[in-house]
Amino acid sequence: MLQIRKLPIIVFALLIIVFPWIARGIPAIGNYPDLMVFAGIYCLITIGLSLLMGYAGQISLGQAAFFGIGAYISAILTARYGLNPWFCMGIGMMVAAIVAVLVGVPSLKLRGHYLAMATLAFGIIVFIIFNEEGEWTGGPDGMIGIPGLKLFGFQFDSIEKYYYLVWFFVFAVFIFTINVIQSRIGRALRAIHVSETASNAMGVDVSRYRIMVFVYSAILASLAGSLYAHYLNFINPSTFDLFFSIKLLIMIALGGMHDIWGAIIGALLITFLSFEWLHFFEEFEVIVYGLILLVVTIFLPHGLVGVPHMVKDWLRK
Amino acid sequence: MNEQKTENILEVEDIIMAFGGLLALINLNFQVNKGLIKAIIGPNGAGKTTLFNIITGAFPPTEGTVRFKGQFIENLKAHEIAVRGISRTFQTVELFTNMTVLENVMVGCHSRMRTSFIASGFRLPRTMRKEDQIRSRAFEILEFIGLAEKSEESSDSLPLGERKILEIGRALATEPELICLDEPAAGLNETETRAAADLIKRIKERGITILLVEHDMKVVMDISDEVMVLNYGEKIAEGAPEEIQNNPKVIEAYLGGED
Repeated sequence: MLQIRKLPIIVFALLIIVFPWIARGIPAIGNYPDLMVFAGIYCLITIGLSLLMGYAGQISLGQAAFFGIGAYISAILTARYGLNPWFCMGIGMMVAAIVAVLVGVPSLKLRGHYLAMATLAFGIIVFIIFNEEGEWTGGPDGMIGIPGLKLFGFQFDSIEKYYYLVWFFVFAVFIFTINVIQSRIGRALRAIHVSETASNAMGVDVSRYRIMVFVYSAILASLAGSLYAHYLNFINPSTFDLFFSIKLLIMIALGGMHDIWGAIIGALLITFLSFEWLHFFEEFEVIVYGLILLVVTIFLPHGLVGVPHMVKDWLRK
Repeated sequence: MNEQKTENILEVEDIIMAFGGLLALINLNFQVNKGLIKAIIGPNGAGKTTLFNIITGAFPPTEGTVRFKGQFIENLKAHEIAVRGISRTFQTVELFTNMTVLENVMVGCHSRMRTSFIASGFRLPRTMRKEDQIRSRAFEILEFIGLAEKSEESSDSLPLGERKILEIGRALATEPELICLDEPAAGLNETETRAAADLIKRIKERGITILLVEHDMKVVMDISDEVMVLNYGEKIAEGAPEEIQNNPKVIEAYLGGED
């Protein structure tokens, strides 16, 4: 029976809670809580993407676009029209869901990797819109003046406050997703992953479940985008380009796509690599990512999450 | 002789299946009586599995109709047909190898319970109750097929005989009225074959109609009420097992005629 163990989740939650205090005491990692805000935002996207790749067996190259849709809808509606940010976050998620249905339905009804192609094109189109529709999006310069988040008069105006807000969302989504995986729906998804033919014969509507998971991944990416916009108070299109979509795939591959923990580990590692540890490589950074992807695919097909298992197998031999 | 009931659960009319220029099935007509075991036999490439694929909706026939309980189903998708009450097993076992024995059967229960994505995510009490129902229902089936003791084992670790039995159990979990078994005894030793044949008879006792493709003639003659013989996509004989055994056309198709 698939049972995702609770203890590691509790330990991880405690680590996340105490981390800002530890970081405060060590000057060398003083900026890490700020990085952890970004890592948390990426975790929201990778959790959805991991469900899509690891469980529904589909690849999306358009997650950056859904991330951008959330960010721009929040930015435009709050900065230009002064609407309530939480309300706009909801609108962003709804729009992302509708767009995901429009992009996903035609391609997910077919067998094979049509979703990857459809989302690749979709991602590029959305990126062009962000750049060209300057009247709305501010064009390549982006948008400034996006307000911060506030709840019942409490302003999330420091890095630490925002850190807790983002990680609250990550845990809520993480637990929600784990519940889905352990349910009748998760069972159907795991069945589809092994044999579409047998799943169909058991009465599982394969394309419906794929669309469901794709829509869920788009909603999470949009939520992440809104949180990103309200954190930085500034956005521009380059954040939401194709390379970011690929970077998300690298996070999943590195962490391990058949385990929901892989999404978290991959997002954390790549965030720290790209913001902190790979500065040294400057414009060669892209090559490093390519190498990571290459090494992981060849030597670690189950990602870092699969390493303990591989070691166990190796020791047994 | 068995007492023949006249009610047909399945009616196949004028089925033609063409794969490019190859005719896999040619003007095939037959009925399946409710509550009986009908076997389809024939040499390799006779079109038996193709016929199963059409009945269970893996692909539609080039021409012709399939009626299940009086309703046309030939253009429905596989999952829709499963919901209407036709289930199947596969020639090459297609278990969900990433799951336990129990979970495999639980997937079979999938279409008989509705739960929503959101309710599952929040673990709402009603959803959790349904999950318990699915689990106990799946366990009942494991007891029926005799695999209850292995419920928590990985389905991949079972020997072939038990994998085939488990596949039948998974098909039963969809609560079918007609179950299509594609070579349930293939690759099994004598004890395993006997267990499979015994299980098929007990499924019939539950009132489920069985359509059976099988090469083991002992099994076919032992458990079937009616036998249909296909050769190169055409029906060459149909009738009670003893009639088929003595049919010269059938003997020719199997052993090869002079002409």
